[in-house]
Parts: sequence; C-alpha cells; structure tokens
Amino acid sequence: MISDIASHAMLVAVLACFAAACAAPPLLTRLGTVLGGRLLALLPLILLGVLLSGFGAEVAAGGAVVQSLAWIPGLSVSASFLFDGLSMLMAVLVLGIGVLILTFAASYLDGDDRAPRFFAYLMSFMGAMLGLVLSDNLLLLFVFWELTSVTSFLLIGYDHEDEKARKSAFQGLFVTVAGGLVMLAGIIVLAEMAGSYELSVILAGEDLHAAPGAGLALALIAIGCFTKSAQFPFHFWLPNAMAAPTPVSAYLHSATMVKAGVYLLARLHPVLGEHAHWFWWLVPAGSVTMLLGAVLAFRSSGLKRVLAYTTVMALGTLTLLLGLGEAGAAVSFLLAHALYKGALFLVAGIVTHESGAKDIRDANGLARHMPVTAVAALIAAASAAGLPPLFGFIGKELLMEAGQHGPVLVRVMALLAGALVAAMVATLVLRVFFSGDGRANPKAAHEAPWSMLAGPVVLGIGTVLFGLFPGLATDSMLAAAAKAAGEEGKFYLALWHGFNMALLMSTVSLLIAVGLFLGWPAMQRRFAAWTVPERFGAEAGYGRLLDGILGIASLQTRLLQSGYLRYYVMTLLLVLLTLTGGTLLARTGIIVPAGADFGSYGVPAVMAAIILAAGMAALRTRTALKAVLALGALGFGVALVFLWYSAPDLAITQVMIETLTTILLVLVLFRMPRFRRLSTVAERARDVVIAVSVGALMTALVWMVIGGRQFPSIASWFLERSVAEGYGRNVVNVILVDFRALDTLGEIFVLALAAVGVYALLRGPAMLESERSKP
Amino acid sequence: MKTSMLLRVGAQLLLPLLMVLSVYLLVRGHNHPGGGFIGGLVASAAIALHLFAVDIRSARGVLRADPRTLLGAGLLIALVAAVMGPLAGGAVFEGLWLDVNLPVVGKTHIGTPLLFDIGVYLVVIGAVLTMALTLAEVEG
Repeated sequence: MISDIASHAMLVAVLACFAAACAAPPLLTRLGTVLGGRLLALLPLILLGVLLSGFGAEVAAGGAVVQSLAWIPGLSVSASFLFDGLSMLMAVLVLGIGVLILTFAASYLDGDDRAPRFFAYLMSFMGAMLGLVLSDNLLLLFVFWELTSVTSFLLIGYDHEDEKARKSAFQGLFVTVAGGLVMLAGIIVLAEMAGSYELSVILAGEDLHAAPGAGLALALIAIGCFTKSAQFPFHFWLPNAMAAPTPVSAYLHSATMVKAGVYLLARLHPVLGEHAHWFWWLVPAGSVTMLLGAVLAFRSSGLKRVLAYTTVMALGTLTLLLGLGEAGAAVSFLLAHALYKGALFLVAGIVTHESGAKDIRDANGLARHMPVTAVAALIAAASAAGLPPLFGFIGKELLMEAGQHGPVLVRVMALLAGALVAAMVATLVLRVFFSGDGRANPKAAHEAPWSMLAGPVVLGIGTVLFGLFPGLATDSMLAAAAKAAGEEGKFYLALWHGFNMALLMSTVSLLIAVGLFLGWPAMQRRFAAWTVPERFGAEAGYGRLLDGILGIASLQTRLLQSGYLRYYVMTLLLVLLTLTGGTLLARTGIIVPAGADFGSYGVPAVMAAIILAAGMAALRTRTALKAVLALGALGFGVALVFLWYSAPDLAITQVMIETLTTILLVLVLFRMPRFRRLSTVAERARDVVIAVSVGALMTALVWMVIGGRQFPSIASWFLERSVAEGYGRNVVNVILVDFRALDTLGEIFVLALAAVGVYALLRGPAMLESERSKP
Repeated sequence: MKTSMLLRVGAQLLLPLLMVLSVYLLVRGHNHPGGGFIGGLVASAAIALHLFAVDIRSARGVLRADPRTLLGAGLLIALVAAVMGPLAGGAVFEGLWLDVNLPVVGKTHIGTPLLFDIGVYLVVIGAVLTMALTLAEVEG
C-alpha cells in the first residue's frame, strides 16, 4: 500500500489539493479564516517537500520521472504524470508561491464571510494547476487546463454581486475555454502524428516538425496557448481579471495560470521548435504583446492595472524568447518574473488593504508607515526594472542578448518595452512609498501583519539570492528546466557578462526609463486621453463578436420559434415525413412483405373497430373533457390488443398510464371552454393531409419491421438467460431492471426531469413573484 | 368542491387495498407480471383517486413525504443499486444476489435488481404525484 502511494505520488499530490478544497469550507467555518487558511497553507509546503525530496535530485541532474495509471484505456487517456526539469520549475512556483499566497490570503480575507468559498476555489485551482504542469498525458493536461479556466472564472467572479466582476469572469472564461478547445484539436493532430498522447513518448520522438500536419498542430496549439497566456489579440481579458481579490491576481493572473500557455509552448519547443512556422507564430505575437503591454501599463494608473499590463508585457517577452529559440533565457525570465511580479502584486494588496489606496495617485509617502513593505517593494521593482545585482537584471540581460539573434525591429521593441516597464515600476514604488509626507492617504496607513509580509519578503530574498548567486538557481532547477525546454548545450547564468551589446542596450533602456519616469504624470494623462485602444482595440472586437452571437441567436429564435404548439407539432411531423418517408422512398421503396402473421382475425378486428370508433369520437366532440375521455377509451383499446397478444406487463402499464393521463388532463382541461372553430377550412384540410400521411408512414414502417426481419431475434437470448442469470421468470422485468438496467436508469432520470420541469413551469412564476416582492 | 359520498367512502376503502396491491406488484414483479414501474403507477393512481374524491391536503397526507423527496430518494436508490456492482469488484449494474430463507415466502433470491426496482417505484410515484399535486394546487 505504501509503495502504491509512492509510485503514484504525483496523482496523490494533485488529489490532495482537491480533497483540501472540499475540506476548506468546514475547516474555515470551524477554525476561523486566519487559522484555517494557515493550516491549508501547510499542504502545498508538504507536497513541495515530498516532490522535491522524492524526485528533486534525480531531476536536477537531468533525469525525468514518469508515473502512470490506466484510466480510460480505450480513449488513450491515462492518469500519467511526468516530472522533469520544466515540470519541477513550474511545480515549485505553483506550490511555493501557493504557500505564500494562502498565508497572505488568510489575513487579507479575515472578516470576509465568503472566505470559506474563496479557499475552496483557490485549493481547487492549485490542484488543477499542479495537475497541468505534471501531466504526461496530453488529454489529462487538457482536462486540467480547462479546470484552471473554470476555477479562474470562479475566482474572478468572487465578488459576484458586482456586475463588472461577473462580466470580467465570463470574458476570461470565454476567451480561455475557446482557446482551450482550439488547443484540444491541436493536441489531437499532434498525438495522431506522434502516435501517442504521452508527452514523454512525443518528446522522445525525432523529427516531428517535419511530419505532415505539424504546421496545423503548431497553429492550433499556439492559438490555445496565446489565449491562456494573454497574447495579442487575446490580451484584454487579463487586466479585467483584476476584479478578483489581490491574492488571486498575484497567484493565477501573474505567477502561475497565465504561464500555462508559455509552459506548453516551452514543453513542445523541443519537437516543434525547428518547424518553419514556429518563428512566425511566436515572434510577432510575442513582440507585439510585449510592447503593447508596456505601453498600456504606462498609460494606466490603477495599482493592479499597471501590474496586469506589465504581466502582459512579461508574457509577450516569454513567447518572444521561445520564438527565438532561447529556451534557457525563457525559463530564467519566467522564474525572475514570478518572483518580482508575485511580490509586487502582494505589495499592491497590502497597500490597498492597509491604506485604502487603489490608484498610484491616491497614495504617497507610505514608506513612513510600512517600512518593511517599502523595502520589499523596492527590491521587487528594482528587479522588474532590471537593475543589478538582482535576478531581474539577469532576466533582462538575457532578453537583450536574445534580441541580438533576432531582427532589428525586435531589438528596438525589447529596448522600448524594457524602458517603459522600468519607468512604470519605478513610478509605482517611488511615488507610492517614497514621495510626499504620507498624510493624504484614503485612510490612516500602518504596517501589515507578518503573515502578509511573508510573501513579498520571501520572494524578495529569492530575487536577491538568485541574483547574487545565479548558480543556485541553475544548479537546482533552471539548467534542468532549460534542458527539458530544448536548450542545447550546457546552460549557465552569470551576473556579469563583461561589456557587451546587451549591457549597452540595458543601460540605454534604463536611461530612457529615467526620462519616462520623470515625465510620467503629464505623459500618463495625455496617453490616457488617447482612446483608440478602447474604441478599436481587441476588447472592442470581443464586444462586437458577443453582440453578433446574440444577434444571430435572436434572429434564429424569431425565425424558428413561433410560440404556437400546433406549429411545433406540425414541424416535428413534417420533419419525420420528409426524413424517414423520403429516405424510405428514395432508398428502398415501401416493401410490403407477404404474410405477416396475426393469428386469427376475428377478435383483433373487433378491437380495431373499438379503437377507430374512439378515435373518431375524439375528433367529433365539442368539449375538451369528452375528447380526453374518448382518447382514454382509445388507450384502453390498445391495452386490449396487448392483452390479446399475451403481453400482460405492457397491458397493465398501458391501463395505468391511460388512467393517470386522463386524470392529469382532466385537471388541466377542467375549466377549458367548449371547442370553437378557429382555423379555416384550408388549414384543416392541410392538417388532415399531414395527419393521414404520418399515420400511413407509421403503418408502413411497422408493417415492414414485422415482416422484414433481417437478423435473428434477440428475444430468445433474453428468454434463455432470464431465469439462469437474472433469477426471474418475468423476462420483461428482468430486462428492465437487470439486462438493460442502464436504459431504465436513463428513463427514470428523464421522468424525474420531466416532473421537475412541470413543477418549475407551474410554480416558477409564483416563486419568482414572491422573490421579487421580498424587500 | 363537494364530491359524492359514495366516491369519498369508496376511495377511502380502496386506498389501503391499492397501496398493498402496488407493493405486491413491485415485489412479485421479477417472476410475474408487475414490477416497480407498474407498482408505482398503481400507487400513484390510488393517491390520485384520493385527490379527486377527498382533497389535496388529505392526498398529500397519505404520502407523508413530499413527492419531490421521493423523486430524489428513488434516483439515489437506483444509483446505489448501480454502483454496488463496481464496489464489489464487478461491472456497473452487475447483479449481486443473496440466497435467503424467508418465513412465508420460502427460499428465494434477493438482489440489487430488486433494489433498483424499488428506486424505479419511488421515482414513478414521485414524478406522477409531483405533476398531479402541483397541477391540482395551481388549478384549485
């Protein structure tokens, strides 16, 4: 048993997160948000310890661990997990930052009575994200991919009474899930090419990029990744996702989930990176996103909005680096960004929580009140701006270095984007913390508790440590991650590369940044007054797309939904006539088999006469009640037929159904007026033609079915096995509850749904009314 | 609404008989005409008759439970019958049987199909009466 768990450690780790999600609401309700949240934070810490102690050494040395459990073998879906350098880097981010976020959120959300729900969502997200980065099976990866979209939806819409939050949540879900479906198509193409859904098998295969279909797979997967990682033109959902509480923005929408697209691209870089289209998909999208994100950040002034746009810039940079084939640079930049951006988001959360300010222009001089936060913010901002000796400097050097291998245009774009972002983070931190006297804040500011400081401080220590000793990062994770992402040769990082082109570009970029920083207040106003992005940008396009979908929906509703029951019935019957009757005439012709055996003819003829007479009576009568009774009589006539041909179960059921239907109809029709003639003679003639044709069609069908049996009947199989295997002599019942029980289960669910539907139709309006009249 | 005394008394006399009949039909269903579906319909008809002859309140009283609860309970029982097979290491809906010696009936088999049929029985009663009682209440 113990060895079983060890050999499925990754599956257990993922499931543990989901189990914790289920346990979170009662835990938090019982223990309170602070204690319950901190307890939950222990789980990712433990999981991190287990995974690293179990596989860390092997993976850091360049190995990989695969654990597999058959799940749906028929569809090639297995619960298989892969732990290599890239998975390890991502898992460390998901779990490590997860610990800090949970600790932070426990204090941040103290006093919010929706906190139990929040932690349930957040733990589910953690499970989904961990599953995503550990999946070996691509279909499993897809499932987790969509689960992260769903949990992100729930978290963005956390404040569900706010219409803007709901809209943003839906927008994020719509964009990422639509992209996910495109990616699924790409995954299928890729797996068909490679002959396996297992990443470990696909990565081991050579020359996939040369196979036919590789271009299609690349295109589809790239689109999916672009939506998830907020690449232009899908970038607009990410800033809107800031409607979520700050810990969510720091965790999902900066450090982990939005990196899923980049992760998958890095994952597939070794097999698809050589493809001719790789560059042309990733580099334009990445560089445009990079520059656009930086520009949009520069013209914003909301704390979280600025950070969101700089995240868009960073995601563009990652895509660009992968597009240029710089896998090592990409994974290093990814780690650097997660460290400083996670810290900056948490700082923004602290600022809003402790001083009430949500905009750069609302806060000032906060360093006097919160010195620890200010130092952590300064370190993170310096790293983001690319100042030595921090880890962000190395990341930026790598970007500039990589730019040397790309087109000149890309080099210029990288320089400008770097300058804009550096100016913006400087604005953010210097204006909020170090300028002004700290008196004009929305509320009296004070330092945050240790649990909220832990996040920025730990991430800041990481930034400094990895910056001073880059070997720490490469030896433990980045070298293995770079190798897994397709970096050839030995990968290493250094703080000092000597005087070279990259250093020169960094310096120029920083000089421009100083100018931009000084001019920000005036330039921001002018930039913000420029409304072209709002009017013609991608988000406006998204709005028009949604309007278009709604327009088409209402158009086809007006066309198809008349609202009259008689037209619906007529449509159904005409479709039946056209499709079934048409097929019958076109394909086979109506074959009337000779000699269908009815036994003796006397009694059936009498029963047929009764049925016909009842049917005619139903047609002729002028009151609803009589019509219902006549139809009931018709049903009893049919029951007689069943009885005559020895089907007692069927006959009893028919009798009961007729009785109950009559009762139900009487309840409905009791107060109906006498029938009046509302339709014209022509309409009635048309109805007669349709009715008689459908009747004739059904008769012909039944006749053909009885006479034209093509295969031996299955009845004998049931009869033989009924007593032997079903222990029942009533074969009808044995079929219903044993042999074909699954069908019966479906039927009783339909029955229950119908009852609920009737209840909702009859009670719904009254319930809505009483809901509205409540104060 | 005043109904005829004959109908009222007749319905009250018939109700227990019909309910017993419905359970009888349910239990014998595996070997003779009957079963959960038919049994459920008989029970529903009995209560519907009561509804007509007496009134809605009294018809609801017969059940003691809300028909919607029966609906849910029936589905749950049917699902339990479905997953007992896999829990015992077999396939979904694989019948599990016990040989028992009951006092009156004698030696017989009791198995998950009977449990499933009980689920069907409850769903049928729940569905029909949810519709009938709601309709009657809205009309009345």
